[in-house]
Amino acid sequence: MTFRLSSDAMRLAIPALSLTLLLAAVFWLQPRAMSYVGLNLLFNLAVPIALATIAQMIVMAVNDLDLSMGTFVSFIACVTATFLRDTPVTGVLILVGAIATYAGLGVVIHLRNLPSIVVTLGMSFVWGGLAVLLLPAPGGQSPDWVRWLMTVKPPLAPMAIVASIIIAAVAHLVVMRSSLGVLIRGIGGNPRSVERAGWSIVAARGAAYGLAGFFAVLAGIALVGLTTSADANIALRYTLLSIAGVILGGGEFIGGRVSPIGAVIGALTLTLAGSFLSFLRISADWQIGAQGAILIIVLAFRLMLNRLEKQEKGR
Amino acid sequence: MTPLLRLFGKPWIWSWLASFIVWFLTIMVTLGASTIGVSQAALTFAAFSVIVGLGQMFVITLGPGNIDLSVPATMTFAGTVALKLMNVENGMILPGLLATIVIGLVVGLCNYSLIKALRIPPIIATLSMSFIVQSAAIWTNRGLRIKPPSVLADFATSNTLGAPNVAIVALLLSILAWFLLEKTIYGRWISAIGQSMPAARMAGIPVDGVRFVTYLFCAVLASVAGYLLACFSGGAALNMGSEYLLMSIAVVVIGGTAVAGGDSNVPGIWGASLFMFLVVSMLNTYGLGAGIRLIMTGLIIISVIMLAGGRRAGMR
Repeated sequence: MTFRLSSDAMRLAIPALSLTLLLAAVFWLQPRAMSYVGLNLLFNLAVPIALATIAQMIVMAVNDLDLSMGTFVSFIACVTATFLRDTPVTGVLILVGAIATYAGLGVVIHLRNLPSIVVTLGMSFVWGGLAVLLLPAPGGQSPDWVRWLMTVKPPLAPMAIVASIIIAAVAHLVVMRSSLGVLIRGIGGNPRSVERAGWSIVAARGAAYGLAGFFAVLAGIALVGLTTSADANIALRYTLLSIAGVILGGGEFIGGRVSPIGAVIGALTLTLAGSFLSFLRISADWQIGAQGAILIIVLAFRLMLNRLEKQEKGR
Repeated sequence: MTPLLRLFGKPWIWSWLASFIVWFLTIMVTLGASTIGVSQAALTFAAFSVIVGLGQMFVITLGPGNIDLSVPATMTFAGTVALKLMNVENGMILPGLLATIVIGLVVGLCNYSLIKALRIPPIIATLSMSFIVQSAAIWTNRGLRIKPPSVLADFATSNTLGAPNVAIVALLLSILAWFLLEKTIYGRWISAIGQSMPAARMAGIPVDGVRFVTYLFCAVLASVAGYLLACFSGGAALNMGSEYLLMSIAVVVIGGTAVAGGDSNVPGIWGASLFMFLVVSMLNTYGLGAGIRLIMTGLIIISVIMLAGGRRAGMR
């Protein structure tokens, strides 16, 4: 009897393997990266991206897609760098209001049976506008405790790694182990059966969006902690990065099949891809293109392994 | 009475109604003095959204998950390459257009090969492709700003019988798209695939072929829009396509095409494109700042989809 992986573990094994390979390639190109400081530099910017990816993943678990993630994180970054520093009470109230708005969106999307893509598309203009009103020019300053939190040097492993592990663990507990998480994934899988089992889908969808909003708020705060100031366009690329991160981590667009640990690994892989390219000394013109190519290669790799797995099962 | 009711049953009527109201509010600020100017500007800028929106509509009609995110990168790349090839010579206009179409075909081919061969979801496939195409555009552009050939620049910026030329091009393309969708077997196939892919496959529809052609068509329309936009604005810029990513999706959905696929309509794209431009120009006319303008645009998009979405749910 050989050792057999469950299909969930298999789902996780592929992104983990891609990350390990990429990391090995980086170390091979630049051995000095293999240190406390090196690792911290490599993965620093991954923390906010990982949080945004978790947020996107929760929305994707209920079969929706959030196109406003980038502008929302930018807006939160602007709030953090202004209100949260100067008048913490107002700042916290705004953040709570933003999370409540997210939950409200989930309820409205469900009640009116609206396409989430369009509603979040509209919201992306709203968040963008609010961010521009708050900070018309780049500026603001991160609150000291946020700055401290993001630059603290824990023993053994750098902050970026510790934070990623904590994020993955918390998200795993909430999404895979709590009853709310099971409910959310159930909606993605089969809303009718969840409803017949006596649950309120409206409340669960609202909770899913609220939870996504909460993680996105954390992403905005973490981002300001790293950059020290904010800008209305600071995180626009997070929309596409977060979707790519979820898919890289083994999540699916429909059916409630998501993996929080995979999503964090996906976000780390995407961040690492950028560093890998600069170590390869690729011309700046082709940086974005090569990132696209890495995305394709990793997905091709995943398809290949899936095929192998199927052949194994066929025997 | 019945024809009027039937008219209000059409999914595209709401976007037209909304754009008419906004248009009216805008010209009333100047008491009608800017009527012609506003209308011509609206038609011109709507034309670009219409062209990219048509392609996106074909793709979205294919069903859930089908979307082309490589539209902006394709526009930029086609615009830069065409202007570089034409090099301000009027004799090179046709080769430039040909190169544009070839770029569209290549991008579409790559998009669909990724979707099919690697079984990557279309969103991620077109996203990765757009990164590569965007890099190619940066590489060819090198910060150069080449002017379009004079004949082409004149064509793109002038009017025929009061209507902007680009709007006429967009109208011809819309008629072609409408004909393809409503009057040919290909259009029926797209709708059938959008409603249920397994059913379409069992009915003997060449699903892969149809999807392939649709992605090609979308990429070609995007590259043609990039060609026209570069000629209209007097040169290609690296960010010229960026606003058309969200725009192309917004006009399709506000226009009344079902997001879940299988049901599309061409007139709605025109209504929605005019509406999207007119909202911005109305808020500009009222002298509102960039932040307020963005917020209003977003709220208006959401209210339109809530009105239209609620109506559709009620009908079923």
